[in-house]
Amino acid sequence: MRNPFRSEAEAFRLLLGFVVAAALIVIGSRINVWVGVAVAVVEAGVVAWVVLFRGRKERPIMQAPPPHPPGERRILVIANETVGGRALLSEIKQRAAGARTSVRVVTPALNSPVKHWTSDEDEARAAAQQRLDKSLAAIRSAGIEATGEVGDGDPLQAIEDALRTFAPDELIISTHPEGRSHWLERGVVSGARERFALPVTHVVVDLDAELKSPTGY
Amino acid sequence: MGYDYPPPIHFSSRISPVIVGIFLFIGSEIMLFGSFFTVYFFDRVVNHTHPWPPPPYERPVFVAGVNTLILVTSSFTMHWATQSIKRGNRAGLQAGMVLTFLLGLTFLLTQVIEYHRIGFNTSDTSFAATFFGLTGLHGCHVFVGLTILLAMTIRSFRGHFSPEHHHGIEVGGIYWHFVDVMWIIVYTTVYLL
Repeated sequence: MRNPFRSEAEAFRLLLGFVVAAALIVIGSRINVWVGVAVAVVEAGVVAWVVLFRGRKERPIMQAPPPHPPGERRILVIANETVGGRALLSEIKQRAAGARTSVRVVTPALNSPVKHWTSDEDEARAAAQQRLDKSLAAIRSAGIEATGEVGDGDPLQAIEDALRTFAPDELIISTHPEGRSHWLERGVVSGARERFALPVTHVVVDLDAELKSPTGY
Repeated sequence: MGYDYPPPIHFSSRISPVIVGIFLFIGSEIMLFGSFFTVYFFDRVVNHTHPWPPPPYERPVFVAGVNTLILVTSSFTMHWATQSIKRGNRAGLQAGMVLTFLLGLTFLLTQVIEYHRIGFNTSDTSFAATFFGLTGLHGCHVFVGLTILLAMTIRSFRGHFSPEHHHGIEVGGIYWHFVDVMWIIVYTTVYLL
């Protein structure tokens, strides 16, 4: 559901809705008090139904990154627990081959809902920063220029924020395999394809399999 | 966890902080009005008199109805002003703002006159106290809204707004519509029901 006071036009439409709703209640109550009460209950029910079931979903706004100086390939990587995965590093290396490449890694500071709403995010940001530092070290050791930042807890918001300052040519989203990935369950990859006007690559990192394999990084 | 320096600013870019601010402000206003409505309905249920209000009190339904029409019309002119500046029509913005301000002022002056002629005062009964409490609280909001509208009108004549930059109109408009929504609820519950 959208906030009805998000813009002047929406607040004006809300006012018109209130005028109609109040008029119906008054007409009902003129017939009989209980008719007025019934009208109010029905109206409240309709509003609840609209809010809960028919609420207009926020339409995604296609975001395009601003242009950046030519002669450089820019890759934005969004990953959290899988940020140090071998599959991800290999994908970055492959894309960086043969061109001057700059990589920006964003690790969202994932937090529990309670901690999020109480603004208790120090721990989440510190953990994300640790993972980010390890990942940056691994990418730089492969000879690729890389910077990074801890982003918003919402991965799509973190991408949108990074788009404004980094201007990437492409986006790589790294997740756990299906069935273990909260991001896939929440439709982060499909959401990113819908919302951002740039190529999106989805890399699946199976950390368990990589740990068992003899060549870990 | 301690910091040697203030943590970097990190805020969501999805919605303007100004809009978030007015939304939170209106949220607090709804709670304030909610407490006044609670007192009004409590009084009405506890007294349980028929007809309401208890004789000899009479509510000026007709005058308040005309006043309601004036206030709702001011929302239309406010919306016209906002749409005008979005299309780059400065004359429309200025005319819309002047009309909105005048209509709002008419509403407030009519309410003041109504208070003088109504025939009862705040300390007479609990009905009188809640009546003046609710309508007076709304009147205070109209006064604040008029102050904002006056600033917006002056700025519109000084050319401060453009199709790209009209946040001052947008936010003030949201507040004015909120004031009108609250009046619809006050008029319906206090005067009509």
